Amino acid sequence: MEYVLKKTVSMIETVLAVSFLVFLAFAVIPGDPAVAKLGTSATAEKVAALREQMGLNKPLLVRYFSWIKSFFFGDMGTSYSYGVSVRSMLAGKLPITLTLTFFSFVLIILFSIPLGIYTAKHEDSRASGAADVTNQIVMAVPAFFIGILITYAFGLVLHLFTPGGYVGYRESLSGFLYYMLFPALAIALPKAAMNTKLLKSSVLKEAKNDYVRTAYSRGNSTNEVLYRHVLKNALMPVITFLGMTLSDIVAGSLIIEQVFSIPGIGRMLITSIANRDYPVVQAIIAAVAVIVIVVNFLVDLLYRLIDPRTGGSLS
Amino acid sequence: MKGSGLNNFRFKAGVVISALMVLLSVIGMIGTPYDPNAMDASAKFAGVSAAHLMGCDNFGRDIFSRILSGCGTTLVVAFFTVLIGVLGGTLIGAVTGYYGGTVDELLMRLNDTVLAFPSILLALVMISLFGSGKIKLIAALGIVFMPSFARIVRAEFIKCRNMDYVSSAKLMGVPDHRIMFVHILPNATRVMLSSVAIGFNNAVLAEAGMSFLGIGVQPPDASLGRMLSEAQAFLFVKPSYALFTGLMIVLMILGFSLMNEGLERADA
Repeated sequence: MEYVLKKTVSMIETVLAVSFLVFLAFAVIPGDPAVAKLGTSATAEKVAALREQMGLNKPLLVRYFSWIKSFFFGDMGTSYSYGVSVRSMLAGKLPITLTLTFFSFVLIILFSIPLGIYTAKHEDSRASGAADVTNQIVMAVPAFFIGILITYAFGLVLHLFTPGGYVGYRESLSGFLYYMLFPALAIALPKAAMNTKLLKSSVLKEAKNDYVRTAYSRGNSTNEVLYRHVLKNALMPVITFLGMTLSDIVAGSLIIEQVFSIPGIGRMLITSIANRDYPVVQAIIAAVAVIVIVVNFLVDLLYRLIDPRTGGSLS
Repeated sequence: MKGSGLNNFRFKAGVVISALMVLLSVIGMIGTPYDPNAMDASAKFAGVSAAHLMGCDNFGRDIFSRILSGCGTTLVVAFFTVLIGVLGGTLIGAVTGYYGGTVDELLMRLNDTVLAFPSILLALVMISLFGSGKIKLIAALGIVFMPSFARIVRAEFIKCRNMDYVSSAKLMGVPDHRIMFVHILPNATRVMLSSVAIGFNNAVLAEAGMSFLGIGVQPPDASLGRMLSEAQAFLFVKPSYALFTGLMIVLMILGFSLMNEGLERADA
């Protein structure tokens, strides 16, 4: 319990530090938000009035705390470009990106865990060797290039889906889920290859331990030793990796959304950066950061749950 | 690791692939068969031929020349990104690891915070603040890459700072900066080598990714990421354009990851 408390405090500290950095980064950039909102033709009095109204004349720390407070309660500011609340802009996009992230994560586990166990179990077989070579190559392929290959092979040649023909989840849920399967595959493949390799080496390393020999000497079969003893220990680094991967998946989905013309958070971020729509950029970055930090926190707790001996540290 | 251990297939294959890619990039920087930006309406979507080894794109530009020049751009960005990351990271890691104390505590907290962030997202923040372009991209990525190197160097310095040879150097009156960079730093070379290889690959990926999104290297500079996003529009008419470009990125990454893998096997 003390452990959970300690971790929670450290998590809150990190959230505050990150959010302050994000806030600071956008507070020090040249350019006056009031001018950005009113346009360069606005009179000085109007700008001054708006500055007062927006609270821009208050000290930095005061502005930070009022920003983080309203952020916490769901008020993320107003978009410069569209004049609507950032929250309403994010609300429609978030489920799309989260679905993509979730799909990718599930695919990574579905591919890598069985393949990792298989290649470790049949270490010297030809199939395992072939899997190793394939892994090594797939690991080197950027997700967005895999996305293009998938678009070509499954979309243009096999006609399994229409490239660029994104289906909204409100129009047709099944159509949406089906379309998302392909970008998720593009994100998942390189990560799954890395995880397979990690699991394989982890199982092989674990299998050299004394307790494995003892388990064999007591008459257990390979499968019994593997599934009852080795796997639990071998999965530890895999969990660490999956935890770290999650933030990569979120980042990867930003690019993949572009490849598959998916109107998610990523596209909104890119457009906002191009339009210098800072409140939107700021909100997305802060939101992603908080998600990443919370996930790391959960992985830490999971770690502790599986192996109470550890201090629960990721490193 | 003098020679004998490095005699494995992965390391050799990695060296061969990387050498080839560097060679192609250097050729791309010195001179290409055609001007990579020269348009030729009559050669629009020209197929593979002796005149155009990889055919031509939608503007009739020679794809092979563009790929050579794009490899050069990508390699330069990745090289300087890693250079900035290593130099800055080494300095931060050395100072914090050697002296410890409050500054170390604070900087490492900041470091961990930055590390928890997806690097591409951080680079995006910087690009949105400073604007895009090759030099700005290198600066943004270089800063983003510093923490990972700092962490490794710091760990090595913490391990070494209380060792006998450091204590005796201190007794002999060797100045701190000399102990740090002449005595301790060489011990960090092996771990740095791995992270440089990984860092280089991440830099190639980041450059390609950002340019693919249109916020990295700007036209008329050819970069592999940019070309890939252009090629995607003509995937149906000319799939080989995307294929050749993507293949180059894959080879660049594969070369370094094979070398790193070979190094690890040599250690084992």
